[in-house]
Amino acid sequence: MTQVPSIAEEKPTTSLSSPKTATLRIARFNPEKDSERKFMEFNIPYQRWTTVLEAILEVKKHFDHSVAVRYSCRQATCGSCGMIINGKPRLACFTKISELESDVVTVEPMNNFPIIRDLAVRFERLFESHHKIKPYLINDDSEISSNEKEFLQTPEEVEQYIQFSNCIKCGLCNSACPTMATDSSFVGPQALAQAYRYVADSRDKGKDSRLKIIDESHGIWRCHFAGSCSQVCPKGVDPAMGIQFLRGYLLGFRS
Amino acid sequence: MRESTIMKIHYGTALGAVALVAVHILMRLTQSFAESLEYTNVIANYQFLPYAGMLEIILILLSIHGFNGLRVILLELKQGPRYEKAVSYGCVAAMMGLIAYGSRTIIMVNMGML
Repeated sequence: MTQVPSIAEEKPTTSLSSPKTATLRIARFNPEKDSERKFMEFNIPYQRWTTVLEAILEVKKHFDHSVAVRYSCRQATCGSCGMIINGKPRLACFTKISELESDVVTVEPMNNFPIIRDLAVRFERLFESHHKIKPYLINDDSEISSNEKEFLQTPEEVEQYIQFSNCIKCGLCNSACPTMATDSSFVGPQALAQAYRYVADSRDKGKDSRLKIIDESHGIWRCHFAGSCSQVCPKGVDPAMGIQFLRGYLLGFRS
Repeated sequence: MRESTIMKIHYGTALGAVALVAVHILMRLTQSFAESLEYTNVIANYQFLPYAGMLEIILILLSIHGFNGLRVILLELKQGPRYEKAVSYGCVAAMMGLIAYGSRTIIMVNMGML
């Protein structure tokens, strides 16, 4: 008769890896005091599952609490912790150090955004552009006054826009956009993708007014279709595709 | 004019120019490169009205397309209401100037001034 070991006696089938150490380089810049950006380096132990945000918070906790970083949900939902990690715009809470395959992790504030301090940037331009394209359903009928109980949509109609409604307004697409870097008036891939999200919604009646808003000299036509916005989106939204679909409306290929 | 209308013209002029420049290159292939640049041959081309008309259309298409492209590049480089107005009007003026200068050659040849 074999004796079944108790839980306490069980040996782990997989061994936990011992923590490795990475050098975290954090960009420090205070526009009110500094003339140029400096990098501070910290040696941080990390596990396979350690995220860049956790490493930054480790620095704030044990080394330098003055590092400025914006974060909230830690699960790629709030869109607060966007930054440039090893040269690419990413969410710090959604990026594991182990997946970067580098012992040096460099974090910088997002490009194309004014810096508040260190890794924290201003979102006013993104929110203004987002607000400008009327990010809500425009429809004179309401679900209360309509004879129908609710505005029904077929799965095909939902499919037209559903991926674009995953946008968390993190700003990574705007940070990666080459046009945003030179054109301070460009509406940006985030707002354009959201314009498509509502234009493609079968419940919405505001297509003409939205197309009019984006059809100006710093609107949709300034997109060069570099596609970097779609490359960096952590939620799988494809703003470049939405922009091309919107152009289809304006050129008369779509109705 | 709405930006989409301008861009429709931009794309249209590009397509038109590609087609007509292809015809132009095919016409040039009927003789050797050096021969096609001889003074008498160039004058003869301008005096052959259908061909001269095509060259005029190419000139107009490329001027519109090119100067609108320049306008777009300049608008992306710098922003500001006065600057943007200056760029837009400047590009239209330069485009008309180039078309006028190119047309002048064809007109002068056909009036026997060259």
